[in-house]
Amino acid sequence: MRKVAIIGVGLTKFGELWDVSLRRLMLEAGVQAIEDAGIDGKKIDAMYVGNMSAGQFISQEHIASLIVDHAGLTPIPCTRVEAACASGGSALRQAVITVASGIHDIVVAAGIEKMTDVLTEQTIEALITAADQEWEAFVGATFPGLYALMARRHMYEFGTTEEQLAKVAVKNHHNACFNPCAQYQMEITVEDVLNSTPVNTPLKLLDCSPITDGAACVILAPFDRAREFTDTPILVAGTGQASDTISLHDRPTLTGIAATNKAVELAYKMAGVGPNDIDLAEVHDCFTIAEIMAIEDLGFCKKGDGGKVTEQGETAIGGRIPINTSGGLKGKGHPVGATGIAQAVEITQQLRGEAGKRQVNGAEIGLTHNVGGSGGTVVVHIMRRGD
Amino acid sequence: MEVGIVGYGVYIPRYRIKVEEIAKVWGTDAERVKRGLFLEEKSVPGPDEDAATIAVEAARNAVKRSGINPQDIGAIYVGSESHPYAVKPTATIVAEAIEATPDLTAADYEFACKAGTAGIQTCMGMVGSNMIKYGMAVGTDTAQGAPGDPLEYTAAAGAGAVIVGKNDGQTIASIEDTYSYTTDTPDFWRREMRPYPKHGGRFTGKPAYFKHVLSAAHGLLRKLQLTPKDFAYAVFHQPNGKFPLQVGKELGFVKEQIMPGLIVQKIGNTYSGASMIGFAAVLDQAKPGERILVVSYGSGAGSDAFSIMVKDGIEAKRNSVPKVADYINNKTYIDYSTYAKFKQLLVR
Amino acid sequence: MAVPRFWREISNRYNLIGTKCGNCNKVFFPPRYLCPKCRRIGKLEPYKLNGKGKIISFTITHVAPNGFEDQAPYALAIIEFDEGPRLTAQVTDCDPNQIKIGDRVEMIFRRIGQDGEDGAIYYGYKARLV
Repeated sequence: MRKVAIIGVGLTKFGELWDVSLRRLMLEAGVQAIEDAGIDGKKIDAMYVGNMSAGQFISQEHIASLIVDHAGLTPIPCTRVEAACASGGSALRQAVITVASGIHDIVVAAGIEKMTDVLTEQTIEALITAADQEWEAFVGATFPGLYALMARRHMYEFGTTEEQLAKVAVKNHHNACFNPCAQYQMEITVEDVLNSTPVNTPLKLLDCSPITDGAACVILAPFDRAREFTDTPILVAGTGQASDTISLHDRPTLTGIAATNKAVELAYKMAGVGPNDIDLAEVHDCFTIAEIMAIEDLGFCKKGDGGKVTEQGETAIGGRIPINTSGGLKGKGHPVGATGIAQAVEITQQLRGEAGKRQVNGAEIGLTHNVGGSGGTVVVHIMRRGD
Repeated sequence: MEVGIVGYGVYIPRYRIKVEEIAKVWGTDAERVKRGLFLEEKSVPGPDEDAATIAVEAARNAVKRSGINPQDIGAIYVGSESHPYAVKPTATIVAEAIEATPDLTAADYEFACKAGTAGIQTCMGMVGSNMIKYGMAVGTDTAQGAPGDPLEYTAAAGAGAVIVGKNDGQTIASIEDTYSYTTDTPDFWRREMRPYPKHGGRFTGKPAYFKHVLSAAHGLLRKLQLTPKDFAYAVFHQPNGKFPLQVGKELGFVKEQIMPGLIVQKIGNTYSGASMIGFAAVLDQAKPGERILVVSYGSGAGSDAFSIMVKDGIEAKRNSVPKVADYINNKTYIDYSTYAKFKQLLVR
Repeated sequence: MAVPRFWREISNRYNLIGTKCGNCNKVFFPPRYLCPKCRRIGKLEPYKLNGKGKIISFTITHVAPNGFEDQAPYALAIIEFDEGPRLTAQVTDCDPNQIKIGDRVEMIFRRIGQDGEDGAIYYGYKARLV
């Protein structure tokens, strides 16, 4: 099995991008990545595109064909990968495996979601298709609802507070101020979060990631060839993916996501590292509680301590384990299919030392954590500097 | 007659709105309304309730109380003026929800407030002729009173269910006989696709309610050669608290015979459920050997009268499910704005 | 929801008919047709739950999905049945602010939604505090 490197990255601005269509957005991220890699586009051998719901948002299926067509790259194989909000991470993993296997050399892993063409109610309806339609959506559950059920149980079992949840949002908004691509570039306070409109108690509007358009792209090559394209190849040291029940109610615990434990275990093993070796991580903060559970499930702190650890500043940019330096899903935005790839872009930029005011000094090993639905799919990648 | 009652059950939604709450909105004198109707408050269905869900809970109570296997129910008739569908029976929804399907016949009835008792008569015939082993009749309604109309004070929600079977060891009461009086009298009606009923005002009294209830009661008593003294209880259809007391007096019954079956004061007029819930309230306390008169009334118009003799089995089966009083007392008051929200009076 | 999809699950939704593995005796509701533990050795038979359980977690839904707006704010909970399985359901007939983790509930038959004003009405289970 060959080692795999990231040789180029691209990221569009995230936000409500009324002027841009899905195909133009994807093109923007793709061209950026190609320029970043200094590669001739015609050298690309295959593509994977992560996208959750173009069918529901813009009535377009067969996205793979659309994207490879508009990228001018036919007839190479292009495959659309769907795993709800983990579509991007899943696409990345498929691309990594493809290069590692030796079947293809230069492979693109892209992610794209265009969510704002429809009304908010329709967006919420599209998103809940990631949950069990017959037994969760049918009875009136939504994603804020499912994560709120986890939040309340976490508060009940560990004493996590609404203030601690709010601190996740405050930190991520602060980090997003240093990210020119982020949807939000404004600071918020704990009071702002606590006073925001209740969505599903205990979660309020500012506990929830927004609805966003955006695209991201990474280009992979065999590690042994990476220096043909870049002076700063980033090794994909570990990849892990795991599944769990689609329904939250079918799991023995509501306070953690078991698929995270399984996926990260595989990634740590492959990379030959442990949680203490990780310098920074992009985790899946679709809701503030999700970040708190993620840092526990990834091994950065004990189960139940996520709130305390956040409150004490350990996950800030200068802290012990910086989490979501990009602003996370909360501050940067969450174009569902693009998120998993955008996380890889942030880690790549950090490991290269190109993260500007968000830079974590001396970052050598980074981790991305991408969750589908309420935890039915989790994909984890570990990257390290290639030198 | 060889038929009797194997089980019975009711359900009344927990929400209540007081006469004062409604009167406040329309500027009416609440005390005058309460005195005139002899009624204090009415039941209101929650936003996730309708005539089908209410019927299901009453039917499940009846099955549980009876102790029978629901698969032995050969017929289900659900009577209502607020069936959730204009076309698609409520009876099949009830049948599935009590696990009586698929070996049975079913249909919905409409005859204003006497649709439930019409179902009882049908079951009597089917059981008595050995067509089926058990038959269930349900009267259920989530009645609509137009905002500002006097009926708004009384139009309520509730259901009563009765299971009829042969008079063997299982029955808790025997149905001695039934007699009905029916004419074409347009006292109260609702046209297709219109949301609220219309009525003839004072015409709904003497020529309608009183004429039919009196005639049915007289007819039954004559047929059985009985007098009011032969009865321990008399239950009448109760559109308000006054009419049953008046008609009972005219027939020669005393207040003590009528009050146990008079439940409208605290829950309002449950329309197709009314006489059946009143009857259930009496069954909740009647002793073996006591005789009960039940006379329903449905606008349009007709009355079904029944003479019921309570048997020994009743005490054993009484407490296995909530009684009428339990539902009457299990209540949460709401204000008019919540009432409007629940009944979808606010146009979106 | 399309009519056949709803119709298929009527006995499950109305009467809490789940499945039970004849091999390991685990009860599944919502029903499963392959026991994750026993797999092909598992023999799944219908099993009716008695509808009693307790609240494991809950949330009050203020921003309701399409079709549920008229019921907002409503409580959504994960309920654990006495027989073991858990499910997601609304808790009805109460002030949602009074609900606590650990409260005992029974499952009742209520209107869940409808396919628009002209469409079919969906009935199913909700929880009620006992």
